Amino acid sequence: MGDILSTYGPDILRAFWWTIKLSFFGGLGALVLGTIAAVMRVSPVAVMRFIGTSYVNIFRNTPLTLLMVMSVLGITYILGVSLSQDITQNAIRWAIVVIAVYHGAFVCEAIRSGVNTVPAGQAEAARSVGLTFGQTMREVILPQAFRGSIAPLGSVLIALIKNTTVAAVIVSAEAASLMQKIIENEGGSFAIFAIFALGFVILTLPLGVGFTSLSRRLAVKR
Amino acid sequence: MTEPLVVLKDVNKHFGDLHVLQDINLQIGKGEVVVVIGPSGSGKSTLCRTINRLETFESGTITIDGKPLPEEGKELAQLRADVGMVFQSFNLFAHKTILDNVTLGPVKVRGQGKKDAEKRAMELLERVGVAQQAQKYPAQLSGGQQQRVAIARSLAMDPKVMLFDEPTSALDPEMINEVLDVMVGLAKEGMTMVVVTHEMGFARKAANRVVFMADGQIVEEAQPETFFTAPRSDRAKDFLGKILTH
Repeated sequence: MGDILSTYGPDILRAFWWTIKLSFFGGLGALVLGTIAAVMRVSPVAVMRFIGTSYVNIFRNTPLTLLMVMSVLGITYILGVSLSQDITQNAIRWAIVVIAVYHGAFVCEAIRSGVNTVPAGQAEAARSVGLTFGQTMREVILPQAFRGSIAPLGSVLIALIKNTTVAAVIVSAEAASLMQKIIENEGGSFAIFAIFALGFVILTLPLGVGFTSLSRRLAVKR
Repeated sequence: MTEPLVVLKDVNKHFGDLHVLQDINLQIGKGEVVVVIGPSGSGKSTLCRTINRLETFESGTITIDGKPLPEEGKELAQLRADVGMVFQSFNLFAHKTILDNVTLGPVKVRGQGKKDAEKRAMELLERVGVAQQAQKYPAQLSGGQQQRVAIARSLAMDPKVMLFDEPTSALDPEMINEVLDVMVGLAKEGMTMVVVTHEMGFARKAANRVVFMADGQIVEEAQPETFFTAPRSDRAKDFLGKILTH
């Protein structure tokens, strides 16, 4: 284990730094998309609900690997849509987009379950004060829904961090692809697996603990 | 009667097979206090909620200050801002402080400055006797205090009419009067009120008119004294017989 760390130490740190970047931007995108989709799914307009539901059903039920491959091979090479002139940049940006779009579907469902924890009377009171649908969502429903969905959102985020490894099929910078390279160079050993597994545990474990305590601290008292 | 502020004309509504509102015709004058009573399931709460369109209705018209109720969207929101509503279960915004509960509408809907809204909110909270609790959250208050905050929240919008949907039914007995006192005060000041309640004492003390509903219909309308001492319909006699013997 010492050999590998001394040879590849800086590479490993750099790879995990990419994993963190993919997770951060992918997670941010997923939160935004998921929130928009959740609002659409509870909106009074049927077309909005349909769009929100379709989005969730399509992306929740499609393998992430397939989406990753499709982004670069399908959309960039066949349809010619690039997110950057640079091949590496293009792949990284697509990886972030795919991670965001895919996990947005799960974020949407987590927030929607949070919306369902908010009593109907809260929305009725907001509307009878004269708030519009958008204001009711922003001021009254979503702040309470987020607090109710912190624990499931934490699970989605942890899954997202681990799922960035799937980006290895198109991006060669993050942790999982470095692991493949090291195995190619050095041969497979438990030490290599252990190092990378530990890396992910270091990223995800505090997150899980943090989200649990956050959900307890921010719970809306009724 | 003064010029009608709220007019319901031939309003009909179904919940599935149940015909909850049957050809409801009702006029409420400016400054009038109307108490709606009736057995549970008679449609009185639905009637109250229909007036600010928390419940839709199928046919008929409802006008407020001469304007028909809009279907949806911004106009409806604007109209609701003029109609105060107090719920049985208070429905204070659980994640906001008492003060923020009262200022939310004035700031977001009326576009008032935060400072002005807070000053006015404190006056209203003072008036309903919960100014001390302004920085607390709803869950930290008693039911009676929460309901008084809910009244202050409605008042902050300077409503033309206020609807009360069984405002004391979820309260412990010793807290009912503190809420009723606030309501009687409002009635005395000339607020137009529609009150769904079982509190006969309030009806006698503050109401101009009692509307008795049963099975989705308005069965009888009368002045409180007349209604309680000499109800005309058998349905009302039966109902009063059941509740007044206790």
